[in-house]
Amino acid sequence: MKGLKQRIDKIKPQFEKGGRFEKLHSVFDGFYTFLYTPNETSKSGVHIHDGNDSKRTMITVVIALLPCCLFGMWNVGYEHYKAIGQLDHNLLETFFYGLFAVLPQILTAYIVGLGIEFVVAQMRGHEIQEGFLVSGILIPMICPIDTPCWMLAIAVAFAVIFAKEVFGGTGYNFLNVALVTRAFLFFSYPSKMSGDNVFVSLGGAQGVDAYSGATPLGQLAAAEPGTAVTDILGNPLSFTDIFFGLYPGSWGETSTFCILIGALILLFTGIASWRIMGSALVGGFLMSLLANGCASDLYPVSFLSPIEQLCLGGFMFAIVFMATDPVTACRTNTGKYIYGFLIGVIAILIRCYNTGYPEGAMLAVLLMNCFAPLIDYCVVNSNVRKRLRRAQN
Amino acid sequence: MNLKKTFLPLFNPLSKDNPVIVQILGICSALAVTAKLEPALVMTISVTAVLALANVIISLLRNTIPTSIRIIVQLVVVAALVVIVDQVLKAYNYEVSKALSVFIGLIITNCIIMGRLEAFALNNRPWPAFLDGIGNGIGYGIILIIVAFFRELFGSGTLMGYQIVPQSWYEAGYMNNGMMILPPMALILVGCIIWVHRAKNKDLQE
Repeated sequence: MKGLKQRIDKIKPQFEKGGRFEKLHSVFDGFYTFLYTPNETSKSGVHIHDGNDSKRTMITVVIALLPCCLFGMWNVGYEHYKAIGQLDHNLLETFFYGLFAVLPQILTAYIVGLGIEFVVAQMRGHEIQEGFLVSGILIPMICPIDTPCWMLAIAVAFAVIFAKEVFGGTGYNFLNVALVTRAFLFFSYPSKMSGDNVFVSLGGAQGVDAYSGATPLGQLAAAEPGTAVTDILGNPLSFTDIFFGLYPGSWGETSTFCILIGALILLFTGIASWRIMGSALVGGFLMSLLANGCASDLYPVSFLSPIEQLCLGGFMFAIVFMATDPVTACRTNTGKYIYGFLIGVIAILIRCYNTGYPEGAMLAVLLMNCFAPLIDYCVVNSNVRKRLRRAQN
Repeated sequence: MNLKKTFLPLFNPLSKDNPVIVQILGICSALAVTAKLEPALVMTISVTAVLALANVIISLLRNTIPTSIRIIVQLVVVAALVVIVDQVLKAYNYEVSKALSVFIGLIITNCIIMGRLEAFALNNRPWPAFLDGIGNGIGYGIILIIVAFFRELFGSGTLMGYQIVPQSWYEAGYMNNGMMILPPMALILVGCIIWVHRAKNKDLQE
């Protein structure tokens, strides 16, 4: 450890002004502060510095994502072998199939996103922001396994430039970058983002006869009302299967169990807001109850029970990892309740009543991202009015 | 020097005083007709023709129009010209006329036209007014054509209806970008043009 520090200190002058690699100074700075606490102190006034900087926050979120990520990789392999009718592979083989299937996506997202981030940081002369650390892993997790890498690259570039860098970089974006990437893919290449052929990695092999790669929500949107959701071979899904996520979908989001582990980590470390998560859960539950209560043949998805509604699709993933993004969510506590509640309601509303979109969590979060500043404004102003009235009396 | 001043109304709207990207006028039609290059081209010609002629007519009448009813007079003149353009299009290019549908009729409400009549034609002699009309029409058209070029190329893989992206690309997995066909992408493209333009003209930055 000491040797590494000495070596880095030795090459440091080359990256400073006038040095040989001056153009790469933001890159150096990024890696340096990643490894060691920066040796900078406040110039004026009294400050208390917490060790918990945004780098550490981001790392914690990545750790919270790991269970979903690892399970997702295994599930990719599991669905693959199930689809081609070879279920005799052991745990490691299954996992490694998934790992190598998702690795190109993860690498593409990081290389393109961080590349743009590095270039912009160097151009503007500020240090590299660590926001993309989380987005980079989130983006592949919310995309179908068969998304081509070139599409992913275009979408990541679009999202990083237009949702983040034009507004001033990490911390200034008003839309969730990972969701903008997904929305761009969804509207640009609809045939690669939904339907029967993208959520299970066949890897060039032929699926068995009974195989159909539709996600549970996708099946329901197209099926007769009252049909039970099935796995890719047509066997009905039990509640345990749904809870643990043994069904096709965007590969990181299927397992409610792993998402709950992640949620616990986020809540325990105080990084995510329990207000948003809780109110979104309540909103989603109430809306599914309502939809279930007046279920109609026109909208087959409304026949799902509330618990199934919450566990299927990307709902849980969205409210745990997307809605709680501190930059794009509401800042005021009252605002957080409203924001979360509406995300829950709108996600289920879109899912049930817009037959064009089998899943609504992405659009719900993006919509509420747009309204978050307005909600905050109203909350702050009503508070100001209340206090003024109190002062006048 | 004098010559340059005469042609100022013609060249100014091309960049420094562009109706779309500097004055932010006529955005609605810029989003609506730019999914393909051909309608954008026809729209450009129509708007330029209407704008130039309306500018000349209003400029000729400028001393006789009572101020209190000038908007009505302008509307009548523009509406008459738009109807003529619409009929000509229907007669000679029915397909494009159908593709543009209401947007030819809506030239009447295009902010650029009213804006130029109010701001320029009412106070200037016919020749500068004519140049101003042509200049603004072309300034509007440049943006339309740039936006339509990118939207048609990436959204449909064609230009002016001719296939540009080779079939072998599609077989290799290339796909047209569906979002390019949707109006939001036109807005983003106009935003990009404004971005580049302001980056080059620092005096326009707010």
